[in-house]
Amino acid sequence: MLQAINLGCVRGDRRLFEHLNFALHPGEVIELRGPNGTGKTSLLRILCGLASPAEGEIRWQEKNIRTLGEEYHSEIAYLAHQNGVKDELTAIENLRVSSALSGTSLRREQAKEKLAQLGLKDYWDLPARLLSAGQRRRIGLARLLASTAALWILDEVLASLDDAAVTVARRVITDHLSTGGMAIVATHQELALPSSQRLDLGA
Amino acid sequence: MKRPSTLTMFSWLVRRDLILAWRRRADVLATLFFFVIVVSLFPLGIGPEPQLLRAIAPGIVWVAALLASMLSLSRIFGNDYQDGTLEQILLTPQPLFLVVLAKMFAHWLVSEIPLVLVAPLLGVQFGLSENTLATITVSLLLGTPVLSLVGSVGAALTLGLRAANVLIALLVLPLCIPALIFGAGAVDASVNGAATQPWLLLLAATLVVSFVFAPWATSAALRISLE
Repeated sequence: MLQAINLGCVRGDRRLFEHLNFALHPGEVIELRGPNGTGKTSLLRILCGLASPAEGEIRWQEKNIRTLGEEYHSEIAYLAHQNGVKDELTAIENLRVSSALSGTSLRREQAKEKLAQLGLKDYWDLPARLLSAGQRRRIGLARLLASTAALWILDEVLASLDDAAVTVARRVITDHLSTGGMAIVATHQELALPSSQRLDLGA
Repeated sequence: MKRPSTLTMFSWLVRRDLILAWRRRADVLATLFFFVIVVSLFPLGIGPEPQLLRAIAPGIVWVAALLASMLSLSRIFGNDYQDGTLEQILLTPQPLFLVVLAKMFAHWLVSEIPLVLVAPLLGVQFGLSENTLATITVSLLLGTPVLSLVGSVGAALTLGLRAANVLIALLVLPLCIPALIFGAGAVDASVNGAATQPWLLLLAATLVVSFVFAPWATSAALRISLE
């Protein structure tokens, strides 16, 4: 279970949010909403442990994530606004490297299969710089497919995806939730997921 | 799908950086040519006086190696920072200093080893003996890891800043002075027929010290820079 207790975030002179409390249980998803610049990405980065909150703390299974360190990293998968896709590497190399870095070894065949599930069947051997924004996003999603993390932290996951890919992304997240996973998704689009809480920043 | 060990993670990261360097080899070659040209300019500028050239060769080779290393330092983390892979790297379920060590090792293989290999060839221009050429290679083999280690601290501290390249040089060059003195000292001793071993041992000690502190300092600097 993930708990945020009395979180506050300050960017420069601006207070983005304060006294933010929420809890996330297995099988649940939080839709994070709010206009641009209200701190959605900042909140997600704080939840990953990449940034520290101005006040408050985050607990994973009742323990502060600061004390958990790398142990917590193996429980989360973070898909940032930038996909973390290397231009010079092919789709398959990107997927295998980023999976290995997040703690899952993928064999070549397994990686191909994940990419095929996301409609990148004919593109797996192309350098990522030749792929479109949506296709690069799909490589990021393929990493989630391969991930064994319990908590997914997704920033604008549906951005630049076409209708077919949005459907796939929804299914991937739903499957994750139905196996007891958790997710926090910052989005501007309707996610239409079951059992979702809504968290509005800047409301 | 199994959980990779620390060692597989290390090798994945090094392999990735080697592939990236190969696909962007122009960057690596630019560093190497810079080194070759800087060293070659001195005999041309000073004139063919064997005595003088032999006397200044150790300093020139070492200073040129230092300057050439500065060119590649901002790339250690810069590209990964821009495309978001650095965040993934920071979130790996492994101790951060090991991950950082893999990046440093890859940088050494890609950017420093070519300098070490070319340096003896350049030494020939200065009329150095075989013994001295061997000393140049050994001293650079011991000294260039120091440049990668200390340099990555500077690279991590200046991430995302404008004019990062200049700042890195200003931060890192003073810290490399011990390596420069011991390395050039070893080569100089060899030119004069003195014992090189004390210098090389001091250089090795510098390497050990930076090996202990640099990964730790770089990890801390990366966390701050990405916050």
